[in-house]
Amino acid sequence: MKKKEAQAELLKPKKTVTERERTFAMIAIPILILFFLFNTLPLIKGFIYSFTNFKGYGSYEWVGLRNYIDLFTDARVGKSYLFTVKLAFFTTILVNVLSLLMALGLNAKIKFKSALRGMYFLPNILGALVVGYIFNYFFTYIVPAIFHSTSILASGSKAWIAVMIVCAWQAIAMNTIIYISGLQTVPEDVYEAGMLDGATGWSKFRHLTFPLIIPFFTINMVLCMKNFLMVFDQIMALTKGGPAQSTESISFLIYNNGMSGGQFGFQSANAVIFFIVIVTISVFQMRFLNSKEEQL
Amino acid sequence: MSKKNNDLSAVKVKEKFNWPLTILLILGLITVLFPLYMTIVIAFKQPSEMTNSISGILSLPQHWSLSNFREAMEVTDFWRSLLNSVLITGITMGLALVIHSLMGYAVARNMQNSKFYRTSYYYIVSGMFVPFAILMMPLVKQTAELHIANVVGVILCYTVFYMPMNVLLYSGYLKNIPVALEEAAHVDGASTWTTYWKVIFPLMKPMHATVAVLTALGTWNDVMTPLVIMSGSGMNTLPLAQLTFQTQFGTNYNLAFASYLLALLPMLIFYLFAQKQIINGVVNGAVK
Repeated sequence: MKKKEAQAELLKPKKTVTERERTFAMIAIPILILFFLFNTLPLIKGFIYSFTNFKGYGSYEWVGLRNYIDLFTDARVGKSYLFTVKLAFFTTILVNVLSLLMALGLNAKIKFKSALRGMYFLPNILGALVVGYIFNYFFTYIVPAIFHSTSILASGSKAWIAVMIVCAWQAIAMNTIIYISGLQTVPEDVYEAGMLDGATGWSKFRHLTFPLIIPFFTINMVLCMKNFLMVFDQIMALTKGGPAQSTESISFLIYNNGMSGGQFGFQSANAVIFFIVIVTISVFQMRFLNSKEEQL
Repeated sequence: MSKKNNDLSAVKVKEKFNWPLTILLILGLITVLFPLYMTIVIAFKQPSEMTNSISGILSLPQHWSLSNFREAMEVTDFWRSLLNSVLITGITMGLALVIHSLMGYAVARNMQNSKFYRTSYYYIVSGMFVPFAILMMPLVKQTAELHIANVVGVILCYTVFYMPMNVLLYSGYLKNIPVALEEAAHVDGASTWTTYWKVIFPLMKPMHATVAVLTALGTWNDVMTPLVIMSGSGMNTLPLAQLTFQTQFGTNYNLAFASYLLALLPMLIFYLFAQKQIINGVVNGAVK
């Protein structure tokens, strides 16, 4: 009897907790299962396929690490990594320099400030594929007509510049807005104090403004790099990887050869490597830029 | 005395607009507006007006005829594609607001004292680093096996793809909402579930706006996911239709551009009315 009472005592406060705990568990568990099914499970499957010679249909065999070994000797894969990294690197620099300039301009004392900001943000909301098609026409017909030249998209050595311009056209809109929100966090009295010390122009930017907006610089660098490494829509609309496979991004190659080229297994291995590259670059970038942030 | 003068002039300068910069920025708008201008004029012209010179391509059309648009709508099955896009974006957005906010809530309220929720949080958020390229091929197989290689499969995929970012946003926001509010409701006899919907969910309105904008922009413009998952179903989303019917446009660029303009139009109209919310949403999402 005594025991029972004690038990009831013990259970009582616990029961109110369990209602809350049970509700949370009933929320979290189905969601975790859903996430597992459409994220982790395909990730594991992709990893498993990477050790097979699966074509995407029919039977397949285990080939061990052969796909991985072949990846490093495959000229087409190597070329696509070179192209993607080159594109991501130069586009990230171009976008960040121009965005910062744009943000400084749009944050200055100008007329029609909000209207201009709204207009400059416009490219970001448009679909990359359709934008790509529009620029495809622009590069194929308008630009050659102006400069009496051949189309840049037909040049194996220069087509990547067209891809860079289209990527930048949309990304600048986004990064400018992020830099503007960064500039707005800089308190006005910092500038006033700087003005007394004679800081103007470049030195004002270099020593006052920029250190204060470094967190936003970090965001933009990481966002840009990640997005451009995964570039797909622009390639699809502008070059389809051509001419002569000179603009095949990694995502495009995985899609093209993995889905319809009978290289399901091989491209799965490529995707695993790509995944590792993305994680490494993102982590490295965040570490590097964070340490810079702390120094200042 | 002279110092006072200086101060006065400084104040005056402050209130003045920087006109040269304003003009420069207005001129710079050409880079944004020219592609759109080109799209509009080509979309309204007839192929016979498209001479090889630039002036032939870029001059205003002789007649503002809607015939290209009528034809483009037929060729690309515009209304069907639009409906699919609206369905996918709308349902994904709704699911994101419900599912992702619930998960953010469960995680934010238990992370401190429960290893399970802490692990769940890092498990989901680390999904942000997984590129679609690695999930693509297995997902195609999986959705086909489950017989959801259609709009349903695409929506489920999106709900999972946007979960890492949205759970991160929601749980971050919830850290600033005091637990005391829930405790008060609890004392009044409300269950955790009721408390969530009656008290917490409405309080997260600013974050709902951010999540809605980010999820909607991403899904509306995405091509890759519907391309690989719905390709066998004969269904299109609005952007995907531009890819699917590319060969049918052939060299009739007027038809193609009418179709592109139609594909851009819903977003342009939406942006016209919700510009502030969209910009705020995108900035909040990136900065937080």
